[in-house]
Amino acid sequence: MTLDYQAATEKYEPTLGLEVHVELNTNSKMFCSCATEFGAEPNTQTCPVCLGLPGALPVVNGKAIESTILIGLALNCSIAPYSRFARKNYFYPDMPKNFQTSQYDEPICVDGYLDVEITTEEGTKVFRVEIERVHMEEDTGKSLHVGGSTGRIHGAEYSLLDYNRAGIPLVEIVTKIIPGTGKYAPQVARAYVTQLRDILRSLGVSDVKMEQGSLRCDANVSLAPIGSGKLGTRSETKNVNSLRSVERALTGEIERQANRLEAGERIIQETRHFLEESGLTRPGRSKEQAEDYRYFPEPDLVPVTPDAKWIEELRAKLPENPADRRKRLQAEWGVPDSEMGSLVNAELVDVVEETIKLGAEPTRARTWWLGEISRVANEREVAPTSLISTRSVAEIISLITSGELTDKLARQVVEGVINGEGSPKDVIEKRGLKVVSDGSALMAAIEAAISAQPDTAERVRGGNIPAAGALIGAVMKATGGAADAAKVRELLLKHLGQG
Amino acid sequence: MSSIHLTAAEMASALSKGEVSSVELTKEHLDRIALVDGKINAFLYVDSEGALTQAEAIDKKRAKGGELSPLAGIPIAVKDILAQKGIPTTAGSKILEGWRPPYDATVISKLKAAGVVILGKTNMDEFAMGSSTENSAYGTTQNPWDLSRTPGGSSGGSAAAVAAFEAPLAIGTDTGGSIRQPAALTGIVGVKPTYGGVSRYGVIAYSSSLDQVGPFGRTVLDTALLHEAIAGHDERDSTSINAPVPQVVAAAKRLDVKGMKIGVIKELSGSGFQAGVSARIAESLELLVAAGAEIVEVSCPNFEYALAAYYLIAPSEASSNLARFDSMRYGIRIGDDGSRGAEEVMSATREAGFGKEVKRRIILGTYALSSGYYDAYYGSAQKVRTLVKQDFEKAFAKVDVLVSPVTPTTAFKIGEKSSDPVAMYLSDIATIPVNMAGIGGMSLPVGLAEEDGLPVGLQIMAPLMQDDRFYRVGATLEAALLAKWGKPILSNAPDLAAQK
Repeated sequence: MTLDYQAATEKYEPTLGLEVHVELNTNSKMFCSCATEFGAEPNTQTCPVCLGLPGALPVVNGKAIESTILIGLALNCSIAPYSRFARKNYFYPDMPKNFQTSQYDEPICVDGYLDVEITTEEGTKVFRVEIERVHMEEDTGKSLHVGGSTGRIHGAEYSLLDYNRAGIPLVEIVTKIIPGTGKYAPQVARAYVTQLRDILRSLGVSDVKMEQGSLRCDANVSLAPIGSGKLGTRSETKNVNSLRSVERALTGEIERQANRLEAGERIIQETRHFLEESGLTRPGRSKEQAEDYRYFPEPDLVPVTPDAKWIEELRAKLPENPADRRKRLQAEWGVPDSEMGSLVNAELVDVVEETIKLGAEPTRARTWWLGEISRVANEREVAPTSLISTRSVAEIISLITSGELTDKLARQVVEGVINGEGSPKDVIEKRGLKVVSDGSALMAAIEAAISAQPDTAERVRGGNIPAAGALIGAVMKATGGAADAAKVRELLLKHLGQG
Repeated sequence: MSSIHLTAAEMASALSKGEVSSVELTKEHLDRIALVDGKINAFLYVDSEGALTQAEAIDKKRAKGGELSPLAGIPIAVKDILAQKGIPTTAGSKILEGWRPPYDATVISKLKAAGVVILGKTNMDEFAMGSSTENSAYGTTQNPWDLSRTPGGSSGGSAAAVAAFEAPLAIGTDTGGSIRQPAALTGIVGVKPTYGGVSRYGVIAYSSSLDQVGPFGRTVLDTALLHEAIAGHDERDSTSINAPVPQVVAAAKRLDVKGMKIGVIKELSGSGFQAGVSARIAESLELLVAAGAEIVEVSCPNFEYALAAYYLIAPSEASSNLARFDSMRYGIRIGDDGSRGAEEVMSATREAGFGKEVKRRIILGTYALSSGYYDAYYGSAQKVRTLVKQDFEKAFAKVDVLVSPVTPTTAFKIGEKSSDPVAMYLSDIATIPVNMAGIGGMSLPVGLAEEDGLPVGLQIMAPLMQDDRFYRVGATLEAALLAKWGKPILSNAPDLAAQK
């Protein structure tokens, strides 16, 4: 009998560990002045240093140090007054020097934390994820193995190497073990990566695009029987290329491990490769025998000794924590948790804030972005922001607020802007979408409605105000939604002696 | 009359007076190389065309009255460990055969910018691992004083070229004595500058924390002129010191040691040193006293561990530095016939491309860095390094410079030590502490050992970035020796052209 996820987490306690690699968006590489542009022609962004040519020496990119310190500060880490680079020695064709310049026992940032919030059926829960270290290193080149069935080096006919990526600055953020998340482990992991991504984005230090590999997450998990107080053998899942995959990969891995344990089998310490299509993982490299990287301090680089004053200057420059900012905006906008959650999930918080800053009324700003615009975006499978600018949305909302547009008309304006018919003003003009507020035109429609429904009109005259709804509806229908309903109501009631 | 026996300073003067052109000077040296290099094998590559092109350009510039640096138009030999654009660079290894670097080492750029004429690349122990050039993949260099003996190493080719008048100046590198020891064994001046004093950018790394580029010359002043031409901060080398270059040329002209305190290192004298070596050192000290210096004996008790620690640190770093030679991007490639994977080709290439001593040190270093052994080996060696530094600091608190013999013996026979690595390692016992501490040192020829008639070198050491001090002492002693003997020590060397 196999355990499903629910049953697995009722019996076993998962312990997480997350390693996130972030490519910094510096203009030049970690140890040389080569460009870092993504997707350039292979081997065009290289030099003797990042190709590891004999004699070439590295020099640390100061901007990369600054970015790493900012990340450390945002994650509540201590910044080491003295840290060093170290060499991690291993052979691979896409490693130009056959060692990676990294940091080992003297990382630049240590001992931080990130409070991670998740929404559950029992309400909002907060887990503190402790950060062990944040350190700097360089990326390797990229191999493309041609021929063979697996796309891996073994069995390939030949391999192509692109060293453009070699030497791109990477920051590795490693958590301490994360116990006590229980069945929420996959959700906590996803929320952690999400919040981390938001922080990195707010710091402006990385593109944080998981699909392009500028943010990569290795998810470690182990299981132990609940209450045993023990730690099980962990696996490390790689190739997790989206936030959703973080959650799926861990869910699948917890289930897999639980079922192995149930069957009396042991867990093999290994890396596993996440398979996007199936949501399962396949085994990779065994880590049973720990590889010996023969780390030693990098003699070609002087220690990193950031000035305390500089660190304080950087601290003062830190932007508001995205999670705190969300709470503040939620309070300012008076939005319920569920709606704020929707905005966050849809990545629309920034957009809505900007729209409001541009003069839009808060409630409308939220409902338009989350409603009509998101609906079209979903249909077309694009990002809402690629359809229409915050400026246009703010303009349309202002016209609604001032009564120049009804919601129905506004939808047409939005549609026009999305279809490239020009600015909101252009669309309004071209399509003739003006609210009918001209009294005589409305009165004609009101009189037509009264003569069509004389009984209803009589009831209103007799004091039955709610009955006016039917008449208002008829007027609105007759004007094709172009009338201001409030105005219609006012005119109608006055006409029937109730104004 | 050939100009090759002039000092570099004299050549510079002759050039500026128009008595000789750089092209003539260059041709004379190329002719000399053609005449004698078959006997000593100092050069791995002679760039006649490049040298003459540079010489011509300098002559033209001079004719136009353009501003020239002091060494403009003067030929030089460069150890084959410095990357030079378009010129075969092998580091004495088979594995780099055929590699032509796409870039210049900073020192090469500086030489080119100073108008120095690069004659070619000189022989060396493979990847600078050795003390005799016997570890070169391209044959041993012979000592111009006695062709059956080694010129020392690893910069043996550069030292032999200068001693054989193939070039007035040369560039070497010194990781554990690789400039000072061959200078001593060939009777010329060699300097290992303070670590970080000269850029290492473009120098194929052996042991990054110990390697240092330095000058060879036949006189202290020539050596100082070259030192100033190559020294200075380089933003491409993170370990290069961002401070003014010590005024070594001025110091080499000062000829005065009055009131200076000179420390004799107790642990680097007496037993273990050839009698003829000790005698010349003692004589030099007397000359210094006569010139007004005070001699003080100092003790450096931790030096006895320096050699052992060196042979952990240097191989450790080397094992990592040499990992890049994997046949993927440059150098030779063995076994790539379509039937082997990348790992097998890497392995076959390294097996065929690296020599025995290089393999020995890679394995030694790999072992020393291995998990479980790191603390006992690499970690302990670093502690010794700190102790050696402290010994120097304590000594320099009492004296201005320290002196010792450069080598325990004069030049040894080719093959004499090649089967016994430890005996070979011991020839660097007096030079290694300097590299461990990062300070600078000079090897000055101070005469010939009575028992074998071969040159003896005195090592003069100064604190970090005080390199001018050993130039001052060296130049003063050089003048006193010249006065005593009436002629330069090198003039005692046999006529190479006449030898078989």
